[in-house]
Amino acid sequence: MTPNRDARILMTFPVTATSHLLAEARARGQYSALDKALKTMTPAEIGKEVTASGLQGRGGAAFSAGRKWSVIQLDDGQTHFLCANADEGEPGTFKDRWILENSPHQLIESMLIAAYALQVRHAFVYMRGEFSGPYRRLQAALDEAYDAGLVGENILGTGFSCDIIIYRGAGSYVCGEASALITSIEGKRGYPRNRPPRLTVKGLYQKPTVINNVETLSNIAWIVNNGSAAFKAIGSPKAPGTRLISISGHVAKPGVYEIEIGYPWKRLIYEDAGGMLGGAALKCVIPGGISTKVLTAAEVETLNLDPTEVEPAGSSMGSGGMIAIAEGTCMVRLLQVMLRFYHHESCGQCTPCREGMGWLHRIIDRIVMGMGRVEDLDQMIHISKLQDGNTICGMGDAAGYAVIGILAKYRHEFEHWITTGRSLCEGKLECLASS
Amino acid sequence: MSNALFTSLVGEFDRLRARFPAGFDSSLTLPCLRRIQEERGYVAEEDIDALTAYLGVPRIQVEEVLSFYTQFRREPVGRFHLEVCRNVSCSMRGAERLIRHLHDKLGVAIGGTTADGRFTLKTCECLGSCGTAPVMVVNDEYHENMSPEKADELLGRLG
Repeated sequence: MTPNRDARILMTFPVTATSHLLAEARARGQYSALDKALKTMTPAEIGKEVTASGLQGRGGAAFSAGRKWSVIQLDDGQTHFLCANADEGEPGTFKDRWILENSPHQLIESMLIAAYALQVRHAFVYMRGEFSGPYRRLQAALDEAYDAGLVGENILGTGFSCDIIIYRGAGSYVCGEASALITSIEGKRGYPRNRPPRLTVKGLYQKPTVINNVETLSNIAWIVNNGSAAFKAIGSPKAPGTRLISISGHVAKPGVYEIEIGYPWKRLIYEDAGGMLGGAALKCVIPGGISTKVLTAAEVETLNLDPTEVEPAGSSMGSGGMIAIAEGTCMVRLLQVMLRFYHHESCGQCTPCREGMGWLHRIIDRIVMGMGRVEDLDQMIHISKLQDGNTICGMGDAAGYAVIGILAKYRHEFEHWITTGRSLCEGKLECLASS
Repeated sequence: MSNALFTSLVGEFDRLRARFPAGFDSSLTLPCLRRIQEERGYVAEEDIDALTAYLGVPRIQVEEVLSFYTQFRREPVGRFHLEVCRNVSCSMRGAERLIRHLHDKLGVAIGGTTADGRFTLKTCECLGSCGTAPVMVVNDEYHENMSPEKADELLGRLG
């Protein structure tokens, strides 16, 4: 960890009206790592560097990028595919959008290096269908890179060729799950697939496929330029590097902040994000997307943004989508919003999720209508546990974590609504100080 | 039966097909449907017939895709399609007030279209714009940091 915990890898320049363009990106040194990789390194050497860097996935699961890559056999004679996951659908998460809009060449360069390391001829960016602005930015950046001979045939005259295709989704949360994403690129309903086989063995059209989150991939160029040892020197020993944290909710300055892993939680909320709206007190924080368990203000008081601290505290840094919630917010209504969402997004393949989400949603709606029953809360926990581990993808588990996490800490708010027929917090979701 | 709109897009689809690796025809289902919807405003029965024939994919695949992804529509919407996010961060920054306001102002239920065919009001789930909540999408363009007042102004400008 650097002394002040203020290392930066991705947000290293001031964003201006032109800072996303190729000329300025090159002036910042972008595409020098591609040159170095293609001209001085073998694919296997790049893979080794990435493994040695300890880079973990930034989409939520924090799986080792190097280990994922290492499943690909470079000499197996098969076609390999690479997909950048730009689906960014986990509520509270908007950090990949920062890269797509403000630093698209960082992603393109890193994808090309990854494609070389994995011997990929065609790479894809799977982008959520709603992202029309980020799509235009990335497509324009790709056009620039094609014109400059940085993408396509015979890149930089090295003989290496790789095309990058942006594939736009059309509105589906579950398509952020890697196997659903692949099924979607195949032009079908985004149904997750059972593993094994892993996607690195049989992925897109049954070919070995690596799917990495946009932010994960965007670190690759830096690692190639600076070396794995320099990367490991940033962040915490078991979780090197930085994270883009998108913070929203009841803070004065919501936005995307790059933090070195190990950064103090309170510093992010009270200094970077400007503190709580109108000086309201912090009630709790959803650390990394709504599928991660809520932590109370007391729990995050002395915590650092390091998975080795957040996980023992009972949650996870997830997708980096942090939501700060002010005192006075109704947790019953908040969970209602979440369960409506999960119910809407269940793909319907697995019975526990398809039925469970609807069941949970109906129960919470009933509580909010003042017709809750005392046994509802245990029933909700029971349903959540029924889903955990019993579905093809992690969505069944995730909704359960949200339920169990909120009920474990704010059960009294639910009991109050059930027994009195009304909210303990007047059903408020907006911050008192802001309205 | 001829489908003039589809026919006008075939050249574009051919170029798209050439950009994908061989054997990826099925993958063109989503991008082609997106383009058709951009042009027609929705996907019509005759578009499904034409696309099925063009790509050589089973008709059921196209129908499944259309019913699975929330952005696809089988029916026309108003000239301005308003979609307000109502997920966690947007709700925490006033999305519910915004939705109520638009509902009252336009006099339509969620999913409804005004009698003059100008506005369709819908809600949607997280759009990845939580830092600039609440967000409303109008015909695929994001309008961020929305409020009832700003929505009034926007609707006035849209005419």
